[in-house]
Amino acid sequence: MTLSSVSDIDASSAKHLADKYAIAGIGETAYLRGSNRTTRSMATEAISKAMADAGMKADDVDGMLSYSSGDSTFSPFIAGDLGIRLNFYMDVFGGGSSTEALIGIAIGVIEAGMCKTVAIFRSMNGFSQVRIGGTGARSAVPVKGDELHSRAYGWQAAGQMFAPTFMRHMYDYGTTPEQVAMVKVTHSQHAARNPKAYYKTPVTVDDVLSSRFIVKPLHLLDCCVETDNANCLIVTRAERARDHRDGPQALIRSVVGRCCKPRIDMHYQAGPISTVAGHYAKEILWPNAGLGPEDVDVTGAYDAFTFTSMLQLEDYGFCKKGEGGQYVSDGSIRLGGKRPNNTSGGHLCEGYTHGINMVIENVRQLRGEIDDACPMGPDGKRQHTHDYSDTGTCRAVKDVNVSANLGWAMPGTGSAMVMVKG
Amino acid sequence: MAQITADHLGMTLTIDDLDHENKDFFAWCAKGEFRLQKNPNNDLVRYPPTTRCPWTGDADSEWVKVEGKGTVYSYNEVHHAIQPAFKAVAPYMLLLVELDTQKGKPSEFEGLRVAGNLVTADGEMAPPDMVKKVGIGSRMRLVLKKLTDEIALPMWTLDEDADQPAKPWRYAQE
Repeated sequence: MTLSSVSDIDASSAKHLADKYAIAGIGETAYLRGSNRTTRSMATEAISKAMADAGMKADDVDGMLSYSSGDSTFSPFIAGDLGIRLNFYMDVFGGGSSTEALIGIAIGVIEAGMCKTVAIFRSMNGFSQVRIGGTGARSAVPVKGDELHSRAYGWQAAGQMFAPTFMRHMYDYGTTPEQVAMVKVTHSQHAARNPKAYYKTPVTVDDVLSSRFIVKPLHLLDCCVETDNANCLIVTRAERARDHRDGPQALIRSVVGRCCKPRIDMHYQAGPISTVAGHYAKEILWPNAGLGPEDVDVTGAYDAFTFTSMLQLEDYGFCKKGEGGQYVSDGSIRLGGKRPNNTSGGHLCEGYTHGINMVIENVRQLRGEIDDACPMGPDGKRQHTHDYSDTGTCRAVKDVNVSANLGWAMPGTGSAMVMVKG
Repeated sequence: MAQITADHLGMTLTIDDLDHENKDFFAWCAKGEFRLQKNPNNDLVRYPPTTRCPWTGDADSEWVKVEGKGTVYSYNEVHHAIQPAFKAVAPYMLLLVELDTQKGKPSEFEGLRVAGNLVTADGEMAPPDMVKKVGIGSRMRLVLKKLTDEIALPMWTLDEDADQPAKPWRYAQE
């Protein structure tokens, strides 16, 4: 099965921005079920940690971007708590795929001279307040207008909405439940080397397939964890990032934001539904990056579900169309493999933050600053063993120069970013 | 805001009076007719209701009768319902049925893929043994589940008169 490609995207105009911006700072709170505090409190902690990581003070940050679905605290409260006077802020509506899109917006805002440095945050009590799986108060609100074509059929939660795409991929390409389960198995092995991860116990294919069905083809263990947490990224010009912090920087090479399939009002109307937005987004991502999937050392393919990692890796070209099941189950995506995916354990195991923690992890990989349990050396840096055997504790990938993050909103919408070490 | 409402499985459905596209669509369904908007300039019909033609942006449209027959294109099968109204009817199926009308038009991979639950011929949510009989490739016919004089929901049931595939494609694990 083939699908015509996008030919009218001019991906050449932004090349002058490649590597000119950096993720200058990263910050995160603990990944918990039961934070017992407000999203405001968590956001201030995450941003304050990111500022410390970037070597910045309140006067160095003058922009703020956040995303939520009304389940967070708006930027003005956070800025006030941190003594930041803002020259720019926006709080936007969005979940998955917002991260990379907002990074692109931050670059544009700084280029436009509106501010100098932007703190991007996502703060959510996804377990103890607004359940990200869709249970609780949100599940019972009246069904209105356009929703009569979806929620009236019990077609509401993310897993329910995406399942027809997942199912059709199995039908079109013979993808098996065992292959897809390997995403969870692999991410759980990664999480076992991540002291921050909410779920640190490795699971087997059998564990995944024998867990209860939520919505076919998703078992419980095909679905991500719901957690309470806040994450922050600080975006600024590369030279400014270097002024404040020594050591390697994670430079932004290329970014795609909220790229969509046709008929995004109801994307199941158009195209083979087993193809996702990455099919289009890759035609912006790779030409702008001046490199391709074969050049990438580590990936962060959004794992709201096992399937979402697989579908994106496939449609961004890390394997041939239809061979995603093979790619995620043949060892390629695990530590020690050709191109590890979600070395933190991702949303399936570390915690759920709508994509931002996957960018944080790749920033750490590019800097060579992975926070695993390897021993500290006399220079205050971890001495990574790169021992990926069952008894090893290392999750640092050797010689990482290029990373790719593939953010997912839904089958029809995605964002992506390539970062390089610089 | 004036609106029309209906009750379905104990859940409230509402359509605002100013939402003409949805009001018209569901009102036709309540009259027992499945009608979709057709752009008179290119004769293409679309689903679900929209304010403009998705292929041209033309504002003009007319509601035309469309045959409620097609083939299951994909589905999900919900075992853990999250909406209170659906807890008693799980496992239930959400079907995307590709209509015979306009299949593969205007381009090879397009089609009118109409959502609905699997129901009995009487419009009741399908019992578990019926769920196991339906998969990709099953031939379906539309059932309009009337809720009020203004709202009926399109649903799908097995087409008793059609040749069914010997074994429709279903997810490997039952």
